[in-house]
Amino acid sequence: MTKFLSKRLVNMVITLFVASIIIFTLTEIMPGDVAQMILGQYATEESLEALRAQLGLDQSPLVRYRDWIWGVLHGDLGTSLSMKGVSVASLLLRRGRNSLFLAVAATIFLVPLSLFLGVIAGLKEGSWWDHIISTSSLIALSLPSFISGTFLMMIFAIWLKVVPAMSSIEPGANLFSVFPKLILPIVTVSLVLLGYVARMVRASVIDASHSDYARTAVLKGLPQLKVVWHILRNALMPTVTVIAMNLGWLIGGLVIVETLFAYPGLGRLVYVAIQRQDIPLIQASVLLTSAVYLLLNLASDVIYTFLDPRIRY
Amino acid sequence: MENLLRRARNTVQVVKRLSHSRLGLIGMSIISLWVIVALLGPIIAPYSPTAYHPQDRFEAPSLKHPFGTDRYGRDTFSRVIIGSRSVLLLASSATLIALILGSSIGLITGFLGGIVDEVVMRFMDILMSFPALLFAMLILGIFGPSTFGVITVIGLVYAPRIARVARSAVLEVKEKEFIEAAKVRGESNLYIMFVELLPNIWGPLGVEASVRFGYAIFLSASLGFLGLGVQPPTPDWGLLMKEAQSYMSWAPWMSIFPALAIASLVVAVNFLADAIRKYEAGEL
Repeated sequence: MTKFLSKRLVNMVITLFVASIIIFTLTEIMPGDVAQMILGQYATEESLEALRAQLGLDQSPLVRYRDWIWGVLHGDLGTSLSMKGVSVASLLLRRGRNSLFLAVAATIFLVPLSLFLGVIAGLKEGSWWDHIISTSSLIALSLPSFISGTFLMMIFAIWLKVVPAMSSIEPGANLFSVFPKLILPIVTVSLVLLGYVARMVRASVIDASHSDYARTAVLKGLPQLKVVWHILRNALMPTVTVIAMNLGWLIGGLVIVETLFAYPGLGRLVYVAIQRQDIPLIQASVLLTSAVYLLLNLASDVIYTFLDPRIRY
Repeated sequence: MENLLRRARNTVQVVKRLSHSRLGLIGMSIISLWVIVALLGPIIAPYSPTAYHPQDRFEAPSLKHPFGTDRYGRDTFSRVIIGSRSVLLLASSATLIALILGSSIGLITGFLGGIVDEVVMRFMDILMSFPALLFAMLILGIFGPSTFGVITVIGLVYAPRIARVARSAVLEVKEKEFIEAAKVRGESNLYIMFVELLPNIWGPLGVEASVRFGYAIFLSASLGFLGLGVQPPTPDWGLLMKEAQSYMSWAPWMSIFPALAIASLVVAVNFLADAIRKYEAGEL
């Protein structure tokens, strides 16, 4: 187990290293002069030169990459170009907290609900319940978040007026006290995964109930509840991996949902950084999201090995 | 000729089978409807999608403008009709690129194996370790948004995923006797890969391509919504949603109709993809 874990960890570090090179190279070929962007188009040539020297832009790309990575490893991510003088690290921390809250709330909402729906559909295979749940979860997973979010906003915020439409909040606000503003984004970001997980659960429940051990359990006259318990215990195992593996999807979903609802999270920060060509912010935020994504994938593998005693490394 | 006829008959058979599933039938009908709308385009659109009519700004849906008008008085109905061209073109070219790239990579790595396989698939894993939307945003943000950019980026993002499917299918077929026979006959590697292996992995590739087509619509619409896709004044569905966002509460028709258009198309593609998956698994 430790061997497996350390191998996976080394793999992850290598992947992250290559990712950092890709991110750096991409931002390197970004057109536009950073010094010009900061000082505006009327800056003199001397002041531009001075700023370039101050930012280290006159160094070779290799030296700058080394300096950047050195900074990242020491928690120094530089300062944002578009938000003057704000340190990228503090920005990521603040926005990351908001996104984390959204992601955790969405997970708490979607996991039990999708398990419940999937189990019902799977146990009642072919029934009306199954048809309704399967079809609506297929619809839920197909809809892009900005579409389902727009529909939800129209119905619940603009028409019924039961929740606020926009989710802009003060920096550092207590997220629990503004919770009504977060309801629509939480539901919206959950929908795709809700549909996906529910269908996965359904499929594995059906697989398990067609298995030999399920048939044996029925034939030897076990009470129905016990048979169902047998089936569920085996069916839910692959589901945990499916959930962990796809939580990474939430990261992409958050970009759209946070933009739609004007919620100040990490996803919208990445979007704004790309729009404003704020290089230090782009580098740090994209690297951070890739790291989170990789960690989630690692976590899903580890959970899987813990759950399935047949897999031993 | 004989061959072509047999192919055509086969296709008809598959389509018939797919339409036995209710969802497959609904999916195919909606997709065909949108394809017809896209082909006819300007013939059925009552107005030019880009013409300004300042006197008709923000008009609610009426007989004259079934889907209302936007802040420049442009007819939303016409914009949705012409917009179907952009989304179908974008998604199908992107899927085609991903399919060609991905299946070539999968064929080569799966067939050759060894160090090539190890290195290339490792690199594919790294590419897949970025969330798809984030990767696309980064590339388009750097090189500037454009139609060509969106197609290329979506093709690149999904190629590794198709490569993986192709590779594992190849690994299975590779062990079959007819491949052994081809090797003994002294056929070249290229011949074996594209003439012997490729026709035998169409099944899994087709399923994957249909799923990817759905994702390509999903992704290109999302990029359009973020303003990183097709640029104005081209009427792209995602872009229409972005432009309508500020007027959601008092000109809701500007959002509702493009949203319904996107929703109907993605849902239809996923219905069809699900039917194709079931067909391949022998459940239909």
